[in-house]
Amino acid sequence: MTKIITLAAGLTLALATTVHAQDKPELIVYTYDSFVSDWGPGPAIEKAFEETCECDLKLVGAGDGAALLTRIQLEGPRSDADIVLGLDTNLTARAAATGLFAPYTNTPIALDVPTDWTDTTFLPYDWGYFAFVYDNTKLKNVPKNFEDMIAMPDDFKVVIQDPRSSTPGLGLLLWVKQAYGDRAPEIWAGLAPKILTVTKGWSEAYGMFTDGEADMVLSYTTSPAYHIIAEGDETKSAAPFDEGHYMQIEVAGKLAATDQPELADAFLDFMTSDGFQSIIPTTNWMYPAVFPADGLPAGFEQLITPTDSLIIPAQQVQVARDKALAEWLTELSR
Amino acid sequence: MAHRTQPIRPIHFILGGSAFALLLLLTLGTVAALWYRAEITSSLTPADWAAIRFTITQALASAVISVIVAIPTARALARRNFRGRKFILTLMGAPFILPAIVAVLGILAVWGRSGYISDFIANFGLGPLNIYGFGGVVLAHVFFNIPLATRLLVQGWSSIPVEHFRLAAQLGMHTTDITRHLERPMLRAVIPGVFLLIFLLSVSSFAVALALGGGPKATTIELAIYQAIRFDFDLAKASQLAMLQFALCATIGAATIVIAKPMHFAQGLDRRAERWDARETRYRIVDTAVLTVVCLFLFLPLASVFLRGIVPLFTLPAPVWVAAFNSVTVAVLSAVLSVCMSIAMSAFIIRIARKRKTVSQVMEVVGFLTLAASPFVIGTGLFVMTFPFVSPFAIALPITALVNAAMSLPFSLRVILPAMTRAEDHYGRLADSLGMQTWGRFRLAIWPRLKRPVGFSAGLAAALSMGDLGVITLFAPPDVATLPLMMYRMMSTYQLGAAAGVALLLVTLSVALFWIFDQGGRLEHNVR
Repeated sequence: MTKIITLAAGLTLALATTVHAQDKPELIVYTYDSFVSDWGPGPAIEKAFEETCECDLKLVGAGDGAALLTRIQLEGPRSDADIVLGLDTNLTARAAATGLFAPYTNTPIALDVPTDWTDTTFLPYDWGYFAFVYDNTKLKNVPKNFEDMIAMPDDFKVVIQDPRSSTPGLGLLLWVKQAYGDRAPEIWAGLAPKILTVTKGWSEAYGMFTDGEADMVLSYTTSPAYHIIAEGDETKSAAPFDEGHYMQIEVAGKLAATDQPELADAFLDFMTSDGFQSIIPTTNWMYPAVFPADGLPAGFEQLITPTDSLIIPAQQVQVARDKALAEWLTELSR
Repeated sequence: MAHRTQPIRPIHFILGGSAFALLLLLTLGTVAALWYRAEITSSLTPADWAAIRFTITQALASAVISVIVAIPTARALARRNFRGRKFILTLMGAPFILPAIVAVLGILAVWGRSGYISDFIANFGLGPLNIYGFGGVVLAHVFFNIPLATRLLVQGWSSIPVEHFRLAAQLGMHTTDITRHLERPMLRAVIPGVFLLIFLLSVSSFAVALALGGGPKATTIELAIYQAIRFDFDLAKASQLAMLQFALCATIGAATIVIAKPMHFAQGLDRRAERWDARETRYRIVDTAVLTVVCLFLFLPLASVFLRGIVPLFTLPAPVWVAAFNSVTVAVLSAVLSVCMSIAMSAFIIRIARKRKTVSQVMEVVGFLTLAASPFVIGTGLFVMTFPFVSPFAIALPITALVNAAMSLPFSLRVILPAMTRAEDHYGRLADSLGMQTWGRFRLAIWPRLKRPVGFSAGLAAALSMGDLGVITLFAPPDVATLPLMMYRMMSTYQLGAAAGVALLLVTLSVALFWIFDQGGRLEHNVR
C-alpha cells in the first residue's frame, strides 16, 4: 500500500512538473477530444506550429464542443487557456456573451466558407454540412429530402443523435427548423416512426450504422471521404437533400485573460495558413476554412456539394434552438 | 450484540469519520458547489418530471427482473460444483464494467435488427427484432446487473455455514425444507440490499437508456442533469435534479434497510457445502437449464465484443498501452482506497449501532449515496471546488482514483459490513475476553473472516474503476489518458476497429484484475 501511495505521489509530481517546468512560452489551447486524439489533427498541428513559434503548444481535450464552452464558463477569467478551438456557430453567441473572449484584430484572410463571415471575435478553421450517410450497396431508393424520408417503407430506419447531448443532433434540429419553419413539428411527427433510436453522441450512432442496425445515420457530407481515403471503401455515400444542408462552422477564439496575447494571435494567424489548413481535411474530415494551395485531397471530389447552405445566424440560435427543442421533444415523445 | 461494551475508540472516529466526511463532500458537497456557482436559477419543467418518472419506472423494472433471474442462477452456482463454475463466476465480472457504448453495440450484436437472433429468425420468415423502447432499456440493465446480483447472492449462500447443510442432510431434509429454513432467511437478509444497488445503478444510466430506449421518451434524470450543465449551463437546475436523485435514493435506501431482516446463523468452519439434497435429477435439470440460458444471455454479447476486438487488439498503437498502464494504476489505487474506506466505515457503523441504531442506519444509507450521485455532478462539482486552488492537470489521476473508490464504495460496503458484523458477533466476545483491542483484534479475529469479502470487493472496485470514464474527462492533462477515454477518442475519429480492440483490452484487464483480487482473498483460506 505504501508503494501505491508513493507511486500516486510520484505520478502527481511527474504531472505537476511537466505542466509547470517549461522554459519556452506556453500556449494552451482547449479543444474537443477528437481534435487531440492521435488520429485527429492535434499531433500534426502541434508539430507544425511549434516549428514556427519557439513555443510549447499544449492542446487540451475537454469533451465535445458544448462541453468545451461549459469548461470555459466554469473556469472563468482564471482559466489557464489562451485559446478555445472547437466551438461552432451554434455556440458562438453564448460564448461571446460570457465576456471571456477577446476580439481577433489582425486582418482576416479571405475565407472559403460558403457564407459571409462577419464575426469579429471568432475565426473559422473548418466547416462541413450535416447529411444522412448510407451504404450505397444496400440502400437503393435514397430519399432526396425529409418528406421523401417520411414516405419511405416501414422497415426503413435512421439513427440520429440527441440535440441535448450532441453537436450533430443539434445541427439536425436546426436544419429541420430552418428548412421547414412552422412545419417542423409536422416533419418530426412524420419522421418519428423512421427514427430507430436517438443516441447520446455521434460515435454510438455511427457505430450502430456501420454494424448494420440502421439504413442511414446523421453525420456529415464529408464522412464518405474518410472511408474513401483512409479505407479505400467507396460504399458509403451522403444523400443530397434538396431543401439544402445545414452547415457547421467550427471556430476558435482568444480568451481575454490570456497571458500570451501575441502568441495567441500568432496561433490564430497560423490557423488559417496552409500549415494548419492542409492537415484538416484528412484528420478532422471537414472542409478547411481556406482551401490549401494545391487543392483538396483526392477523394474529396467524390463528395456531394449541396446547392443550398442553411445556417441560422449566431445571434438567433438560442431562441430558435429552445423552440425547436420543445417541438422535437413533444413530437418524438408521443 | 447490544449488551457488549466494545468502546468506540479514537481510531474508529478518525478513520471512519473521515471516510464519511469524504463521502459527504463528494456527494452533497459537489451539489452544493454547483448551487453556489450557479449563475441562473430555474424551476423544473414538465419534461424534467417526465424524466424522473421514466427513471424510476425503468429502474424498478430492471431491479425486479435482475433479482428474479439472479436467484435461481445463484442457487444453481451455489449448490453445483462443475468444471467451468469458477470461470463463469469470474467472467460474470465483465458485463458490469463495459463502457456504455461497448455494451450497447454488444447487446445489439445479439438483439439488434441485424443481430444474431434477427438473422436466425429470418430463416423462418420472421423479424427483424425491434427491441428499442422500454423493453430495450430494461434488457440492457438486466444484462449489466444479473452478474452483480448473482455474485452477491452467491456470497449470501456461502455465508450460510456448511455445518447447517450437513445437519440438514443428516435430518433428511428435502430441498424445499432447506429453502425454508436456510435459504429463505438468507435471501430475506441479502435481497433488499442487492435490489437497492441495482435500482440505483439503473437510475444513473444515461447513454445506454437513451440508445436502446428509442427516443427522448427514454430521458433519464442523468440526461436532464447533463443537459442542464452542458446545454444550458444551468448549474442550479443540475443541483436540484441531483438533490432529487439523492432524495429518491434515501427513500428507497431507508425502505430496504427496514425490510431487510438480518440473518442469525451460527459461525461455522468456512468450508464448502456439499449439497446431497440437490442431487436429484429434476434439480439437476433445472439448474442446468437456468445456467445455460443465463450464460447465453450474458456471454453472447461478450463474445461479440471479443470477436470484434481480437484482430485489432494485436495492432494497437503504443499510446494505448500507456493509457492501459494509467488505467490499471488508477484501478488498483481505487480498489485499495475503497476497501480501506469500507473497513473504516464498517468498524464505525458496527460500534455506533450498539448505542444508536438509527445513527448507524443513517450512516449505512450515506454509504449508498455515491450510487445515487450523478457522476457528471461529482466531476463538475469537484472541478468547481478544486479549480481555484490547484491545476486540474496536477490531480487528474489521484482524483480519478478517489472518485472511482467512492463510486465503488456502496458495493464494498454491502459485502464488507455484513462480514464484519458476523465476525464481531461470533468472535467479538472471545476477543474481548482475551483483552484484544484495535489492531490485534482486527488482525487476528476479524481479518481472517474479512479476507474473502475484501478480495471480492477490491476486485469489483478495480474492475469498476477500469471501465469508468468518470471525472478524467474534466481533469485530463494533455498526453494523459485512461483506456475508456482513449476508446472514446478513437470512436470519435472514425477508428471504430481500433476502438473495438481497446474495448477488448479493457474488458480483459478488468476481468483479470477482478480475478487476481478475488483469488488473493481466497489464499490460505482453509489453513488455520
